[in-house]
Amino acid sequence: MSRLPTFAIGGIHPPENKITAERPIEALPPPAQLFVSVSQHIGKPAEPLVERGAAVRAGQLIARASGFVSANVHAPMAGTVKKIDSVPDASGYRRPAIVIDVAGDQEWESGIDTSPELAADITADGPGIVEAIATGGIVGAGGATFPTAVKFSIPEGRSVDTLIVNGVECEPYLTADHRLMLEEAPQLIVGTRLLMRALGVNRAIVGVENNKPDAIAHLSTTLEEAGPFPEGRIEVAALKVKYPQGGEKQLIQALTGREVPSGKLPLDVGCVVSNVSTAIAVYHAVQKGRPFVERIVTVTGKGLREGRNFRVPIGTSVQALIDAVGGVPDGTAKVVFGGPMTGKALTGFTVPITKGSGGVIFVDESEANRGHVRGCIRCSRCVTACPMGLEPYLLEKLVNAGMWDQVEREGVLDCIECGACSFSCPSNRPLLDLIRLGKAETMARRRARS
Amino acid sequence: MTQPTLVVSLPPHEASRVSVATIMWSVVIALIPALIAGFLTFGIRSLVVTLVAVAACVVTEHFVARVLLRVETTPVSDGSAVVTGMLLAFNVPAGIPLWQIIVGSVVAIGVAKMAFGGIGNNPFNPALIGRAFMLASFPVDMTTWPTPGAARLFSWSVDAVTGPTPLSLVKEGGADVIASGSLPGYWDLFVGTIGGCIGEASALAVLIGGVFLLARGFIVWQAPIFYLLGLAGVTGVFWLVDPAAYADPLYHLLAGGAMLGAWFMVTDMTTSPMSTKGKVVFAFAGGVLAAVIRLVGGFPEGVSYSILIMNAFVPVIDRHLKPRKFGYGGRS
Amino acid sequence: MTAIVLYSMLTLGAVAAVFATILYAIARRFAVEEDPRVAEVEELLPGINCGACGFPGCSGMAAALVGAADEGDISTLFCPPGGNETMTTVGFYFGLEVREGAPTTAVVRCGGSVGAAPHKVRYDGHTTCAVAHATHAGESGCPFGCFGLGDCVDACDFDAIRINGETGLPEVDPERCTSCGACVTACPRNLIAVVPRGRRDRRVVVNCRNCESGAIAKKNCSVACIACGQCKRVCDDIVQAITIDANLATIDPEKCISCGQCVGVCPTNAIVAGFKPPPPKPRKKPAAPAAPAAPAKGGAQ
Repeated sequence: MSRLPTFAIGGIHPPENKITAERPIEALPPPAQLFVSVSQHIGKPAEPLVERGAAVRAGQLIARASGFVSANVHAPMAGTVKKIDSVPDASGYRRPAIVIDVAGDQEWESGIDTSPELAADITADGPGIVEAIATGGIVGAGGATFPTAVKFSIPEGRSVDTLIVNGVECEPYLTADHRLMLEEAPQLIVGTRLLMRALGVNRAIVGVENNKPDAIAHLSTTLEEAGPFPEGRIEVAALKVKYPQGGEKQLIQALTGREVPSGKLPLDVGCVVSNVSTAIAVYHAVQKGRPFVERIVTVTGKGLREGRNFRVPIGTSVQALIDAVGGVPDGTAKVVFGGPMTGKALTGFTVPITKGSGGVIFVDESEANRGHVRGCIRCSRCVTACPMGLEPYLLEKLVNAGMWDQVEREGVLDCIECGACSFSCPSNRPLLDLIRLGKAETMARRRARS
Repeated sequence: MTQPTLVVSLPPHEASRVSVATIMWSVVIALIPALIAGFLTFGIRSLVVTLVAVAACVVTEHFVARVLLRVETTPVSDGSAVVTGMLLAFNVPAGIPLWQIIVGSVVAIGVAKMAFGGIGNNPFNPALIGRAFMLASFPVDMTTWPTPGAARLFSWSVDAVTGPTPLSLVKEGGADVIASGSLPGYWDLFVGTIGGCIGEASALAVLIGGVFLLARGFIVWQAPIFYLLGLAGVTGVFWLVDPAAYADPLYHLLAGGAMLGAWFMVTDMTTSPMSTKGKVVFAFAGGVLAAVIRLVGGFPEGVSYSILIMNAFVPVIDRHLKPRKFGYGGRS
Repeated sequence: MTAIVLYSMLTLGAVAAVFATILYAIARRFAVEEDPRVAEVEELLPGINCGACGFPGCSGMAAALVGAADEGDISTLFCPPGGNETMTTVGFYFGLEVREGAPTTAVVRCGGSVGAAPHKVRYDGHTTCAVAHATHAGESGCPFGCFGLGDCVDACDFDAIRINGETGLPEVDPERCTSCGACVTACPRNLIAVVPRGRRDRRVVVNCRNCESGAIAKKNCSVACIACGQCKRVCDDIVQAITIDANLATIDPEKCISCGQCVGVCPTNAIVAGFKPPPPKPRKKPAAPAAPAAPAKGGAQ
């Protein structure tokens, strides 16, 4: 067996716990109320367009992107705007959101094709596709929530030769992308073709870790049946299982061998990376006129009798998801929003699902607490684990000592916050906590300098 | 809405199961084959010396931590004092008076470890500091080597029969001994029926423990291998120049504390560099130093001093030999 | 024998001569001319290098004072820890007018003690406020409240702030506080301010920084300022020291006369004073029934 490709530096193997990998995607019972945040993306919050009391149709634009890096927000379901309020996000800080009382009948905005038939004929050209992506309010659904239209607007004079579709899903527990690759492969392929056309490239690689052999096989056969495509070649590449393979820089290196220079973007090595669920959202936006109003959320946990993969309207509260799986399992002491390696611990259940939230994970009391923090024994496990080749133990010390110039020199801004260091520390040291603090401080210092 | 009191922290929310205690107790397990070899070679006394050293180390750490410093460390359960005690005992002759090994243990933990702030903060390997202290304080007892013999497995007295170690043979005898062909054979050195410290009896037993640690992922292969390469390289050059006056490199690898040092002390986490590059330089330079001390220094054995000297260079190595960073070019 | 002694003396003498020459040359080459007044003024300053004056340490302040004195005006500079006493001495040294500053102290403006703002979640990360602030809104849910993890305590060089074990909130000892402002910078939630101490510590402070609407703030903390405006109404009749902005009342210490009327009318006990406030004067309608008494004064002392 030939060795499967992976990234070169560091990496860890957390227990996979993909409990819900076999569970097909199900629709969530319609929630009574939606809390649609207007800042579900990186960048400026969108500006609300609707007034209190207004009736909205499903898919109607309710908040418009303000500024270049921003994204439109649409009504996920039809109903009445109850109020424009603030709701707590995962950390408990309040963010402005549009509260919608969901109506009994679901009337869609005109021009949206809600039929399940595959629309494989591509008529739009590159700029038209980017336009449709922007209109549809699509952001990176893998968790970064960077507006997709901005990512795919290649600046003048730059060139891209490869589109990378991220089907790695290296986070433990999460299975949303896995299920999508199995259940919506044709849509994924059309979405990928659209993105290739938008970039003007003739090569696309779908990277999938080898712990999802069914997805790799299914995608390959579907591709063979559907192809060849006028846009070019789409490959499916199996990757060695290693966290954080889903990191943009790590995935590019694993698939193309190119190393994104420090402080640069994938664009600088001729690549653009997009998540599989983003690609499917692009398919819906361009081919069906259907904006980004729902996503797949994995609700799982070792204590849960039955984990599920739900199709959830954006703005549904976590409480509605918890009700759908029969309540919080006994003994749960922590609920993680997103993946266990990078997700946030919830402070309450009124938090709404946003475009970037891929999972709700119940963590049992026995695993919820961090262990007792002990002294660093210089075991160098964090150094070995760091996929960016940093020295987390050193950064931790420097941040603690407030030696900010050295923190910056040691490359703190290269940190991708994957959590491999904190994961591997045998002394349970809060390495990433302090590195994040160091990043924030360094960024503030940079801004102050310029 | 019933909501349990939720625990909130920054990600990651998963942690590996490896703790400091896991690592330290694995080292203890890895040292057990060498202990068995020591027992088979030097008799029951080697076990007693080891136990006393471990007990003295644990008691000292506990006393310093809880009574003097009043800090929350768990000396016994994290196993680090046990490792120090075992390594110290492995570096002394089985016939050592018990009060001397207790003094050595107190120095190892009290002076070399706890005085610097306890686990993780000691610049020098505590067991080796303890040994160096004992060698300077009790030179006669520390170099009185019981002659090995399986017949005396349960005999307490070992003072009666003493003899040279393989390394003192080549050091003091020089060309005559080498020419006479009376040196122990490679097999004896490997399996362990030779004189020396408790842990030096069998290179094989040490190797078993080392491979165990390697398989558990607690040490990197570069550290022991480059140490042995450094040692073999320098002794090899001398041997090639004058085979009549110097022992061959294989002899040097198998005799004395080279194996124990390479697998258990060069790889000590706290006192070795953080990056793999740094570990290579640290280990190789240590091996070269050990060979130089053995061949031209005043002592027949140079492993402990070579490692102690290299310990002093760890901060410099850490500062200059960084891991390869992603996105700055260069090969991994 | 004599030869050895002679040679030793000559060699050592030569070595000494060479080094002496080098040292002399270096001393000349890199000599720094310093105004002798700077050192003298530095002697007059407290010498704690706290940086509250805005200069790096006392020598920086001394240099700035000397520079300003050459311009003929040092009234823009002030040493908070030294206070008027130090500044009078400095003014006397230069023979120039100095600014009078009222004695100041740091105050922590949060009353969200364990009792007043019960914990809903449990924080389990690195125990500094800076990391906690980046992690979550707070164990009580108040995104403006104190974490009680003591970044201010660590920042204080004068042991003037301690966490009160009962309330879980930091308390400033005005006797020790030098108003250096280290805690003000250290607090990630901007809860600490340096305010005039007031005569005999009679200062009145709004003990809350919560800018959420009253209903939300009150849900998390019984002593939150809900911007009801009662305090402003009483104060408007007296000195107009209170303003309400962004759901939060603020007292202007310059105008406040420490009468304590606002303390009595506050329905949530969010205003605290360093003295026993007088009973509210019966005017208009009586104030809303006060919330259950909470150990809220902690923050201001």
